Amino acid sequence: MIAEIGLAALWLAAALAVLQLVGGVLALRGGIESELAGLTRPAAILQGGLVAVSFAMLLWVFAITDLSVKLVAMNSHTMKPLIFKLSGAWGNHEGSMLLWVTVMALAGALIAGVERRLPERTMQATLAAQGFVALGFYAFLLLSSNPFERLPQPAVEGLGLNPLLQDIGLALHPPTLYFGYVGLSVAFSFAVGALMTRQVTPDFARAMRPWILGAWVFLTLGITAGSYWAYYELGWGGYWFWDPVENASLMPWLAATALLHSASVLASRDALRVWTIMLGVVAFSMSMLGTFLVRSGILTSVHAFAVDPERGSFILFLLALYIGGALLLFALRAGSINEGERFSVASREGALVVNNVMLSAILAVVLLGTLYPLLTEAFDVRVSVGPPYFNPVGAVFAFPMLAVMAVGPLLRWRKDSWARISKEIALVAALLLAALILCTVLFGTALLPLLGLSFAFAVGVASFLPLKGRNLLRVPIATWGMVIAHFGIAVALFGMASEGAFSQEKLAALEEGGTTAVGPWGVQLESVDPIAGPNWTAMAGQLDVSYKGGEPTRIAPESRNFWAPAQQTTESVLVTRWNGQLYAVMGGENNDGRWQLRLWWKPFVTFIWYGGLLVALGGALALIGRVRVDLRRRSVRRKLAMRRNDEKALA
Amino acid sequence: MNWRLWLPFLIFFGFLGLAAYQLSQPKDEFIKSTMVGKELPYFTLPPASLDRPGVDSRYFHAGGPKLLNIWASWCLPCIAEAPQLERLKEEGVEIVGVAIRDKPSDVMRFLAEHGNPYTRIGRDDLSEVQLGIGSSGVPETFVIDGEGIITYQHIGDIRPEHVPVLLEELRKAEG
Repeated sequence: MIAEIGLAALWLAAALAVLQLVGGVLALRGGIESELAGLTRPAAILQGGLVAVSFAMLLWVFAITDLSVKLVAMNSHTMKPLIFKLSGAWGNHEGSMLLWVTVMALAGALIAGVERRLPERTMQATLAAQGFVALGFYAFLLLSSNPFERLPQPAVEGLGLNPLLQDIGLALHPPTLYFGYVGLSVAFSFAVGALMTRQVTPDFARAMRPWILGAWVFLTLGITAGSYWAYYELGWGGYWFWDPVENASLMPWLAATALLHSASVLASRDALRVWTIMLGVVAFSMSMLGTFLVRSGILTSVHAFAVDPERGSFILFLLALYIGGALLLFALRAGSINEGERFSVASREGALVVNNVMLSAILAVVLLGTLYPLLTEAFDVRVSVGPPYFNPVGAVFAFPMLAVMAVGPLLRWRKDSWARISKEIALVAALLLAALILCTVLFGTALLPLLGLSFAFAVGVASFLPLKGRNLLRVPIATWGMVIAHFGIAVALFGMASEGAFSQEKLAALEEGGTTAVGPWGVQLESVDPIAGPNWTAMAGQLDVSYKGGEPTRIAPESRNFWAPAQQTTESVLVTRWNGQLYAVMGGENNDGRWQLRLWWKPFVTFIWYGGLLVALGGALALIGRVRVDLRRRSVRRKLAMRRNDEKALA
Repeated sequence: MNWRLWLPFLIFFGFLGLAAYQLSQPKDEFIKSTMVGKELPYFTLPPASLDRPGVDSRYFHAGGPKLLNIWASWCLPCIAEAPQLERLKEEGVEIVGVAIRDKPSDVMRFLAEHGNPYTRIGRDDLSEVQLGIGSSGVPETFVIDGEGIITYQHIGDIRPEHVPVLLEELRKAEG
């Protein structure tokens, strides 16, 4: 019964999406007075509630492990802890699509409920676009990936969840990315709505901005968490592999970052209108493209799950419909949209344009590298594109962008002169040069880590320059957000450069009682003990590790064997100090009774993720700042309207 | 009309064509070993069961062509191919087994239940032999000629129709 309620709610929601689409289109054609147009907003709001019910029902069948539901039987197991039963609801193709639709419907309900700044025709067009996008996903779910499908005979026991996925970080990782993707879908709907009515105004940018910011915060968190998960769970010691799935999450982030900055220009200065619309379309395209690449299995990836060519065709069809349609609309309409205000090169806008061009270039580099194997495979040549391409080619654009990022926020809008901020530029240049020379003399590592360390230092200091000479208590929250996000970029860069420059690796075979060393750490293997968990058994190495001969710490990395399904994984152990991490992985037993150990000392590697968190925090602060200003403006507007009405009544 | 505004659409169209073409192509499910035609890498494995000796790569350097069967007691298709291995043994083929990530007790139970066509069984706990000869899954079967050269790779379980193919490959390896 529970599953049937969920399915019924989903069908009803799809019907409401049709109503939303029709109402929006009629309003656009016949004017906002038509009767159906009045239903657009209520349809969106009710739809949000229905889909939420549907998703709650899915959580319920997973919570009680209803094995007559096919999805539960395929992906869950009665022996699993409750939290992983619940996360199992979206740790698969069907459930994750339902989660996507849920977030999307809730977002649609929110804009339908609260957004009143834009001209009503533009809002109707936006909601119609939102309904159209949602409809495709409803069709996908209901016609080809029904999460509530029943089995003819209930299963006796579930088939379990991939043990690699039994991890709290991973339970949160996909939802985080989906919030990001869906935020971009809202930005996309706004862009399409504005294109339809040709009303690309600062108000449009202000309405779209919180959604971009929110999406961007979630994407940042998703990428940061995903990177950390790959780092400690896969046991390979790396934090980024330029795997297609990772790129699929990075590309929307790059596009969203560019969109965020161009939307600021549009909101503040009414410039970059067409470009902002273009980025709005591109950002959502990248989310869809990522989904397509991951789900279709068209590219081989270590992460790919639920690969199915039929699903691939469906997503490709949606991609062609939405993105092809939007780009067609863009080609037809954008010519009639005025470019907007002009500005000089030496201005805040100028710096932001450089930022946009560089981010777009990096996006193109990543996109090309990700799709290149697809292209060559059409000619029967198999290649895999990895760090030797992405790192240097990306860096060519990343470092100039970082240089502009260091000084850009100091420039004024519209027209400024380099001479006015020459002192600050000189300071940043001096810091950069000093750091570069110092690092070369002290460490003399490869070029990229060297540049990374120097830029991290210079940008880290420069990110606080916009606060110079201001009363810190009166600096707007959004400006704090920018400062912190830019500083976070420097921190993450420092972590990456340091990992590249100073990491040390050790492969050792130890008998019980044997010792080895990696970097400043001494390591002794005390014993190897068998242990058992709820659905696995493991060999745990008891290691005493001591930093520079200090007090030893006991750690126990494990090599685990799961039995439902049978799979071997490693549980690595990390010892975190303020200045880096010791990373220990337990291997198997050699023929001679010695145990294999893999050890890394990674100085300051944690700064990568601290940086990511800082960037997300900055984004969240900017979001809070913007929304607060918007709310204040709205209440002022309401009071003004009330006063005007009073005056009219008195007269 | 501004032609540049059409550029994104055209690029996207190109991508669509490429993706649609790739989706319509059948996916390669089998990964061919690049070791076919090359010499077996050196390895020495302890026995995986109590009643058969372990395996040393030098064993393949004498005594005519043999089959090297990569399998495991935890692998379901290995049960499906057991009758075919039995038939190959009856045809006088020598089959050497390598048990991947297995326990002797499980190996013994499997052999008692499904028959033991092997003359020797090595225990490969780290998949080192498997990786060394370019096998990406279980089960896989390799034809090794009398000089230790890998001449043929069969991916997946051996079905009845594959038996003559393998016999033919063994004959070729002899000549």
